[in-house]
Amino acid sequence: MIGAFFGAGGRWFLETAESAGQFALMVRSAAFWFLRSRVEWRQVLIQMLRIGVESTPVVTMTTLFTGMVLALQTGASSNALLNEPFFVGTVVGFSMVMELGPVMSALVVSGRAGAAIAAELGTMKVTDQIDALYTLGTDPVRYLVIPRVLAFVVTLPILKIMADFTGIFGGWVVAYFKLGIPTNTYWHDIFDYMEVDNFMHGFLKSFVFAFAISFICCFKGLTTSGGAEGVGKSTTAAVVVSMTAVLILDYFATAVLVALGIT
Amino acid sequence: MIDAVGVRKSFRHRPVLRGIDIIVEEGETLAIIGGSGCGKSTFLKCVIGLLRPDEGSITVDGMDITKLATEAEIAQYRRRFGYLFQEAALFDSLPVWENVTFGLKYLTDTPRSRFRSIAGDKLALVGLKDIEDLRPSELSGGMKKRVALARAIAAEPSYILYDEPTTGLDPIMSDVINDLIIDLQKKLKVTSIVVTHDMRSAYKIASRMAMLHEGKVLQVAHPEVIKISTNAHVRQFVDGLSEGPIKMKIKEYEPPEDEEEQGRADETARRR
Ligand SMILES: Nc1ncnc2c1ncn2[C@@H]1O[C@H](COP(=O)(O)OP(=O)(O)OP(=O)(O)O)[C@@H](O)[C@H]1O
Ligand SMILES: [Mg+2]
Repeated sequence: MIGAFFGAGGRWFLETAESAGQFALMVRSAAFWFLRSRVEWRQVLIQMLRIGVESTPVVTMTTLFTGMVLALQTGASSNALLNEPFFVGTVVGFSMVMELGPVMSALVVSGRAGAAIAAELGTMKVTDQIDALYTLGTDPVRYLVIPRVLAFVVTLPILKIMADFTGIFGGWVVAYFKLGIPTNTYWHDIFDYMEVDNFMHGFLKSFVFAFAISFICCFKGLTTSGGAEGVGKSTTAAVVVSMTAVLILDYFATAVLVALGIT
Repeated sequence: MIDAVGVRKSFRHRPVLRGIDIIVEEGETLAIIGGSGCGKSTFLKCVIGLLRPDEGSITVDGMDITKLATEAEIAQYRRRFGYLFQEAALFDSLPVWENVTFGLKYLTDTPRSRFRSIAGDKLALVGLKDIEDLRPSELSGGMKKRVALARAIAAEPSYILYDEPTTGLDPIMSDVINDLIIDLQKKLKVTSIVVTHDMRSAYKIASRMAMLHEGKVLQVAHPEVIKISTNAHVRQFVDGLSEGPIKMKIKEYEPPEDEEEQGRADETARRR
């Protein structure tokens, strides 16, 4: 019983270590092909459009309501404490730009575009299409992974900026119509305090997330085995792992940026 | 020339290839026959380097695939091959004509402006027309197979590995494909390995045939010799008989002795 437990634990550890190694090899191979071969720009463009079209509505909806909630809660706390809703714009603005914009957009994109990538590459894997790429003179990392990573790296920061704006807009809706804060005040509350570094803090994080999500989802797709069931499993795993990775990396990226003074 | 020596391959400690020795001479068509699941596709994948043998060597034009280490070297080795997948493996996201010309981008210097007309020519060779703009999901099984064949030969490779080229085709179309394989061998001096279950096709196209059984080569000989082979295994296979030394028969149905025993058997199965 105990032996079985440790046996399973050991196997899990070995399997995890092995996939970590394979993951590192894939990233290395991506660097190799990126430097050595022409990038398939047509594929990059197709992927960018797909990510943008698939994720924009969800990113907009989720961040709009997040901004509204932030404004409502800040207003309520401030009202309870000071009888007046102070600094609503400041709280909404900073929260969105530095933290919630990049993280929420990354989570949504993991669930939307990341899952789609894992499912697509997984299906290609179990139907021999990945092997077919090899026999036709190219390589899945070059033809599939690099365009997807590049598309993520360009698209996610753009979605992040969009998320900032919709969040701040959502905050304004609540601040203006519900809390009675004049537009001018709300706006000044944000931009009197916001600096370029505050923006960069969140912006740089979304690049980290873009790399993490795209590599993880491509990896999960390319290592699929076991038919249709395997595709389902690796798609779920891709979403779970990339969302977890976003939240964990968020802490470390923040720590590094704070150490560098970009806050 | 393809020279395979002592090729062994196991999946999860289950041996599939147990020491295959096969030589395919320049310009020759070797047909590989053998029971389902005996490792024919696995052997082809070892030859083109999609699988790495556990032991043994496979040398093509003086290059030993098992000794190549970097991706770039293996890619270089593979360039000389065309490969027809058993399940076609067409790219779902691309129309038929882009599937056919996919390899030209990477393997040749052909200008893109000519791709469409080349696709039309290659599709005509396999008896297909006016399907260039369809998606693979809109094709029948036999059509997919032929598009995959057109894709495998499009870059005019010097070696072609066919995994069951005529499976799923009607008899007339099978013979058209046989003629195509013979044509490629005669006109372009292509060296090929054809895995097939279709004896008629094997007799017609092969310069030699190899029979695989339990991970080993039983006999390699000219088709006429195989036809009159005295090896009992080969005999049974080419005659297509269920009785013989090769035990492929499904276990005969035996009704369970009593209810209780059946219940116990179920439980053990579940526990596994
Ligand atoms: N990727 C794999 N993982 C595990 N086992 C495999 C794998 N590929 C093949 N096998 C096993 O190897 C054996 C040989 O498979 P292979 O596909 O080479 O057979 P085949 O001779 O081509 O059969 P068929 O005529 O039915 O196509 C089978 O028993 C199969 O279960
Ligand atoms: Mg096979």
